[in-house]
Amino acid sequence: MGMTMTQKILAAHAGLESVTAGQLIKCKLDMVLGNDVTTPVAINEFNKFGFTQVFDKDKISMVMDHFTPNKDIKSAEHTKQCRVFAGKYDITHYYDVGDMGIEHALLPEKGIVASGECIIGADSHTCTYGALGAFSTGVGSTDMAAGMATGEAWFKVPSAIKFNLTGKLNEYVMGKDVILHIIGMIGVDGALYKSMEFMGEGLKNLSMDDRLSMANMAIEAGAKNGIFAVDDVTIEYQKGRVDREYKIYEADADAEYEAVYDIDLSQIKPTVSFPHLPENTKTTDECGEVKIDQVVIGSCTNGRSEDIEMAARIMKGRHIAKGVRCIVIPATQAVYMEAMQKGWLATFIEAGCAVSTPTCGPCLGGHMGILAQGERAVATTNRNFVGRMGHPESEVYLASPAVAAASAITGKISDPSEIMG
Amino acid sequence: MKVCGKVHKYGDNVDTDVIIPARYLNTADHKELAAHCMEDIDTEFVKNVKEGDIMVAEQNFGCGSSREHAPIAIKASGISCVIASTFARIFYRNAINIGLPILECDAAAKGINAGDEVEINFDTGVITNKTKNETYQAQPFPEFIKDIINKGGLLNSLKN
Repeated sequence: MGMTMTQKILAAHAGLESVTAGQLIKCKLDMVLGNDVTTPVAINEFNKFGFTQVFDKDKISMVMDHFTPNKDIKSAEHTKQCRVFAGKYDITHYYDVGDMGIEHALLPEKGIVASGECIIGADSHTCTYGALGAFSTGVGSTDMAAGMATGEAWFKVPSAIKFNLTGKLNEYVMGKDVILHIIGMIGVDGALYKSMEFMGEGLKNLSMDDRLSMANMAIEAGAKNGIFAVDDVTIEYQKGRVDREYKIYEADADAEYEAVYDIDLSQIKPTVSFPHLPENTKTTDECGEVKIDQVVIGSCTNGRSEDIEMAARIMKGRHIAKGVRCIVIPATQAVYMEAMQKGWLATFIEAGCAVSTPTCGPCLGGHMGILAQGERAVATTNRNFVGRMGHPESEVYLASPAVAAASAITGKISDPSEIMG
Repeated sequence: MKVCGKVHKYGDNVDTDVIIPARYLNTADHKELAAHCMEDIDTEFVKNVKEGDIMVAEQNFGCGSSREHAPIAIKASGISCVIASTFARIFYRNAINIGLPILECDAAAKGINAGDEVEINFDTGVITNKTKNETYQAQPFPEFIKDIINKGGLLNSLKN
């Protein structure tokens, strides 16, 4: 029996010839990640059980991105705890205010994660790096502590669902629309415990930023990981970023998939997830009149260069609707710099937006854009659960940067083509 | 080992943002987290929960964020076991790693109502609903996971 792409990477990291779905294995890790919310819990566990060294100071990343620049004394204490630990153990990839970005935008951008690697992170959106053809999955703080101490983690080998992509996206349709469409189709537990493997001739038409936003939301379908076949786009992206050898794995021709979905990219329309689950999707032509109070453009899902560029393109020479607040958060310092140099920041400010240094902030209702009772936001983030962005009676509508920017201009959920013609 | 308690019942897709909202993630203190457990979907939970009580839910319990604060908040609130039809995978891992017993059992999730008195035998996986006089058989843990639990959690199992 052949192996899926995920199974091949797991087998290699477990030192096994082959693995099958359901098998429990122990894998060597290439990277262990945590942020300012999950790392303090991991550090407490690490210390409590008497560990005194990390397995490899170059293979641990700590990114202070959730409540930074720190929003209150408690979160400042947490970040300080991470900073002290990182200093004590000389952690190479420690990123704090000024050089940090949102973790899942930062690590691929800096080449800290690469194709074929096995990565865990104490953050559910760690599945993002599957866009590079890596096995990457979210875990909790205790797993992070164990990973930091031993360089290993246990996994149950997942079965998989295959998404065979064909065609090309239309203008103003983005990777975000594809993944929202898929989650709407299979549900928030449609891939529970499974891998989502993306391949097919349509892959070449998806940019790396599109793929990163799609892999990012695999967890929103319950998946263990989302992974993309490696092609020229992946290899080109890693040039100048990844300075070490990396390995490209391909699924076997006879790999077993529990289901295969054919997705014609040219048929995907701009898609919005209504409250309070990512699976509650409608295409923009089905939304009706949904008036909004706030727009958030950013996050580990959609704060990358192409996302910010798309929003700027739509806002250029326009102003956001009266009564709407629009917050734009480039996900990393490099994206922020590019936005400044290319004039996108000026476009946003002229349009009446607030622009922030990188932070996860509003996505999880942390800071920088909390909603009041009864308020509605269109956000390029990844979750619209009850209370996610603030008051339990507020609402979050998930959408692409193109839809979010268009909605900010009109003050209601809007299709970008309404504005751009 | 057996536990026995009163049931707090929830539906599908109980996510970690409602188990413990992110506005409280600026603390790692177990009691402080427990004080806000479930408050966005059930403001009465914290007032009513008693040591040893049992939480029962349906599909995909614990979906969303990887925050270990979620199983910690549930455990620190006094809950002795969570039963669900299915669990989201990160929550499942985290619960085992921190020593919060969880059982997958669709029949129990469907049969048990809020307020029922339920007894769980972890050795046999038998769940007894004393109020309705019914029993349900849960999936036993694989040996590998039993070993982690028996050794007192993941980190303890690594040290020994």
